[in-house]
Order: sequence, then C-alpha cells, then structure tokens
Amino acid sequence: MSEAVRGRARAVRIVLLLVALALMLIAPVFVEEFWLRTGFAAFGAIIGAIGLNLLVGTTGQLSLAHAFFLAVGAITYVFVSGSPGGTVETTDGLGLPPLVGMLLGVLLAGVAGLVFSPIAARLRGIYLGVASLGLVFIGQHVLNTWTSVTGGFNGRTTPQFNLFGFSFGSDNPPLTVLGVPFNAPERLWYLGLFLAIAAYIFAKNLLRSRPGRALQTLRDSEVAAAVMGVDVQGYKARVFLVSSMYAGLAGVLYALSIGSVAPESFALDLSVLYLAMIVLGGLGSVGGAALGAIFVSALPLVFQQYADSLPLVSDIGEGGVNAGQAARILFGLAIILVVVFEPAGLAGLSRRFRRKGKRPEVSSATAPATTAVSTPFHRPAQGSTT
Amino acid sequence: MTTFLTLLLNGLSLGAIYALIALGFSVIFKASEVVSFMHGSLLLFGAYTIAQLNAEIGFLPAVALGVAATAGIGLLVERLLINRLRGTAVITLAILTIGVDIILVTELTRRIGSDILNVGHPWGGEFVRLGEVGITENRLYAMLTAVVLMGLFFVAFKFSSWGVAMRAAAEDGETAALMGIRRGRVSAVAWVVGAGLAAVAGLFLVGSPTPGVSPGVTSVALRAFPAAILGGLDSTGGAVIGGLIIGIAEALASGYQEQLLFLGRGFGDVVPYVVMILVLLVRPSGLFGTKELTRV
Repeated sequence: MSEAVRGRARAVRIVLLLVALALMLIAPVFVEEFWLRTGFAAFGAIIGAIGLNLLVGTTGQLSLAHAFFLAVGAITYVFVSGSPGGTVETTDGLGLPPLVGMLLGVLLAGVAGLVFSPIAARLRGIYLGVASLGLVFIGQHVLNTWTSVTGGFNGRTTPQFNLFGFSFGSDNPPLTVLGVPFNAPERLWYLGLFLAIAAYIFAKNLLRSRPGRALQTLRDSEVAAAVMGVDVQGYKARVFLVSSMYAGLAGVLYALSIGSVAPESFALDLSVLYLAMIVLGGLGSVGGAALGAIFVSALPLVFQQYADSLPLVSDIGEGGVNAGQAARILFGLAIILVVVFEPAGLAGLSRRFRRKGKRPEVSSATAPATTAVSTPFHRPAQGSTT
Repeated sequence: MTTFLTLLLNGLSLGAIYALIALGFSVIFKASEVVSFMHGSLLLFGAYTIAQLNAEIGFLPAVALGVAATAGIGLLVERLLINRLRGTAVITLAILTIGVDIILVTELTRRIGSDILNVGHPWGGEFVRLGEVGITENRLYAMLTAVVLMGLFFVAFKFSSWGVAMRAAAEDGETAALMGIRRGRVSAVAWVVGAGLAAVAGLFLVGSPTPGVSPGVTSVALRAFPAAILGGLDSTGGAVIGGLIIGIAEALASGYQEQLLFLGRGFGDVVPYVVMILVLLVRPSGLFGTKELTRV
C-alpha cells in the first residue's frame, strides 16, 4: 500500500519537474526580455545560495563571507578575460577566452575558501560568523585599492561571455528559433539555466553521498562525528572549498548579469541577502535555497519594473517608499516571520502541503525516503521550540 | 611624539565609544544568548531620534527621550521575538536580528535621505588642548560619559540584584531558573541596557569629527563587533578592553596612513577586522572569553 503511494508521489514529482523544465526551456520564445534578464540574475543567485546552504544549512558553519567569495570569482573573471584599458582608471587584463576566466574564477574562489578554512576550523558558531564578517571588509578594502585589477572605486565593465566563438552577449552568430531572434538575454538565459541545474544536481548528489552524510553529522555534533570516524577538520576545509566554488561561479554570473563589477556590489549587504535566501528557503534544503534565491533576487527587480502599478510604492525621489526599499522591508519581515513561525522555511511549507492529503502513518514512512536529504528533522535550529 | 600622543588619546576616545557598544553586545549575549546584529540600526535610531527632537525640546530632554526610545525598541524586540524563541540555536537568533536590522535601517535611511542630519550638540566642534595634545570636545565628553556609564554598569553588575541574577543566569541558566531567578526579566533588562548604551554611543559617534547623522554610521557599529569578539563575547570586562584596543589600533593606522601607504588608502577602517582575525587565530574564544568545553 505504502509502496504504491510512494510510487505515485514519485511519479507526480517527476512529471511536475519535467513540465517545469520544459516550460523553462521554451520560455525565451514567448517571455519578454525583462523576465529573461531577471531569470539570469536569479540563476546566478540560485548557484550562490546552494553553495552557502551547503556551508551554513548542511554543515552548520555560519558564514557572512559569501560576498567576498563572490567578489573573488567575479574579479578573477573580469581580470582574466578582460582586456587592458579602462575609462576612469587604467586597468590590466589578460584577455584570455571567457571560459578560461570563468573556470579560473571558480577555482580561485575555491582556493580562497581553502585558505580561510584553517582559520574557520579553529572557530565555532558565532565567532566564525563574525570572523568571516571581517573577510568582507578586508575584501572591500582590496577591491577599492587594487585599482589595476579591480578598477578601484568605480569598478570596471564585465567582458561578455562566449563559448568557442558563440557569443552570449550579442547576436553573433545570428540565431532565430520559431521566428524569435535569439539575442543576448535569450542566450544568457540558457547559460544560466544550464549552470543552475548542474549546480543543483551536484549539490543533491553530494548530500546523498557519504561526504554529504558526514557534513550533516558535523552540524549535529562534531564530537559524535569525530567518534564515528569523520575527519572533522578535513570535511570543514572541503565544504569551504565547495561552497566558495559555488560562490565563485555565482560571482561570475552576477558580474555578467549587471554588466560591471564595483566594490559596492560586493558589500556586506550581499552576504546578508544570501543569508536571507537560505533562511527563507529553509536551512539545509537544496530546493529551498533555490526557491529563496529566486524570491530574494527577483523581488526588487519585479518591484522596480511594476512600481507604477503597486500600491504604497513610489518612484525614487518622491518621498515615499521606493521599490528597492519596499523589497528590503519585505525581506526583513519575511526573515522574522520565517524564523518565528516556520523555521524550516519555504521547503518546510511545501512539505507541509505535500503531507496534508496523506494518512499520518504513510507520511511518516515516506518522509525519510523522499525527503531525508533535504530535511534535517532534528536540526538544532528547531531545538526546544518544537 | 606629539602626533603619537594625540593619536593615542583620540584612539582612546574612539575606543571608549566602541567599548560602550561592545559592552551592550556582551550584556545581551550573556543574558539571552543572542548575538545582536541589529546594533547598527539601534545606534542610528538613537542618533536620529536625538537629532530630530533636539530642535524642538532642547538637548538634554532630547537625549533622555532618544535613549529611552532606543531602549524601548530593544525591549520590544526582546519581548516580542527573542523571548518566544528561547533555546533556539544562536545562529537562528542572529539571523532574526539581521531581519529586524534590515527593516529599521531601510526605514531610517529613507527618512534621512541623502542629506546629513546635524544633531546640534551644545559643544559643537571645539578643540581642547591638554598640553600639546589636542582632542575635540565631543570626544572628550564621550570618554568621560563612557567612564561614568561603565563605572555605573560594573557597580550594578557586581552588587545590584539584577547584576547578581544576570551573572547567575549566564553561569547556569537552568539552575538559576530553579533558584527562582526570572530569566525573562534578566534578559529584558539586558536588552534595555544594551540598546540604551548603543543610543548613547550613537550620540557621540555622530558628533565632531564625524560630520553628522548618516546611514554610514551603522558600519561603525559593525566595527564594535570585532571589539566584543576579541575581548571574548561573554566577558563584559573583555568588551571594554577590546573596544579600547580596536579604537587605538584604528586611530594609529589612520594617523600613520602615509607610512602605511603600501597597504592602501583607508586601511584604518579595516584594521579592527585584521586585529580581530589575528587575535582569534591565537585565542579562538577571544582574550577573556570562557573556553567552550565539549563534553561527551
């Protein structure tokens, strides 16, 4: 009986996923440019949020340094693939193919994470959080002063991405699908979609593997993990490596999405937004992180676009609450509400819906099988409140 | 030598302000196990309220009301949010305060806009000379106020029943509760004290040599974080010493900027974090923090 129910639930899930995937694949044909650009920004955020979630949600290492690792990825890409020149300040660049820049960006961000991990390994909980806060400010300082690489205070423009001559920033070579010309937004959409799905699958599989289980044990109790033979320091270093590599890739996409990199784009704000994404999505859940990322990254853009038709939101300079501010206040409220009422976040909400129709004993039987990966039931965060 | 002494004195006065903020952090952490990421917004709120009221009701009433209002926000947050979530993981509660901070800062930034509010301290931007060493009057008063407030705090902490209750609750919460200590009340008072201290620090922080109230003030509160951490989060004395260390280090680094130019301009702003990371490498729980014991 429960086998049948489980099989049906699985089938429904797969069908839903396939439909969603198909919709996203054909979206560029009928969706306007604004949504494609927003989507690309969201894909970048999804990758970054999944990475941060591996670190904070799965392994329980509070990090506010995500903006720093994003910056490492973005700057490396811009420096390696950019050409020397510059408008305000003279900047250097290696002018290598963008793919090399992207890979190096991901790698260097990972190395930065690895370098930080011995410090991280010594610190626990909140001490780690504040130490990682320091990294963001040191990063800001470097971004502002190392002008030849970063462009200094004014930043520098992002070189467009291309793959073996196929440009993602222009219509070269020209391409038309179903009568719709595929320009930069459409091409970037597919690039982002591909990378985000790859990042999602990698994280899902990682959590289901032996290292993934080890990381979750680390979060619950370092002592227990060590007793069971988990190499505590080794795994902490590796999760920092993986998380920063995700951040590096997210940084490259972020740079491509906004078209330029400036120090203020990588301030503490960005770290806080990423933290908001994973808290809203649900700590420890890969799908939740993705949902949170979409919500947090798309909301200000959508508010901006439709500011005229929204109540209570006015244009900048009119004295009322502008779109960006409205979005920020909404994040703040959402964070508070989620922590107080639904500590498992959006992932927890969707789980609640899914469980509603089923009989209790069936749900308790299926829960570990279908959601064990994404749902830490005994998460310390829920601790004594339940 | 004169330069050095001047920098040292200015560092001390800046450190005194940091120490006030850091003391607030550590009191709140001791009583409710919450790391308050919303101190920046409390600081800004205090300074903003005082600046707004000063024009209408005079300086001292404005300060009193501003500090009280900020303490009220602290109390509100504790009663409505923190108190309900007692026992939740430290990380979750820290994220909760980030949520409150986002809302407060956004609203205050919107109200302040792009201009810089002037508080209108009665002492203005005058310089005082002590021998060959100079300091602004504002910073001098800041130092004096900080010394008085910290003295009052430590006396209360040592002798008042609240102080005893709080130390007991921090030592072993459950036993303290069994002995009839009301942890909710202890934590509420701690929030009031912490927020009030932040408002006082805000008042002096926006005076000369700083131009006035602007949203950038919040980043100064963040620099008090390293102060609290390097002293040891759960040590009130450590918070004060950490504040002074950070203040002096920052003032020296900014003062000798020309000699430190290879580190880039504006290095002074980063020094607190560099010092913090270096100290944490040697002592992971800060200088005076209790070492975390792991029992199996």
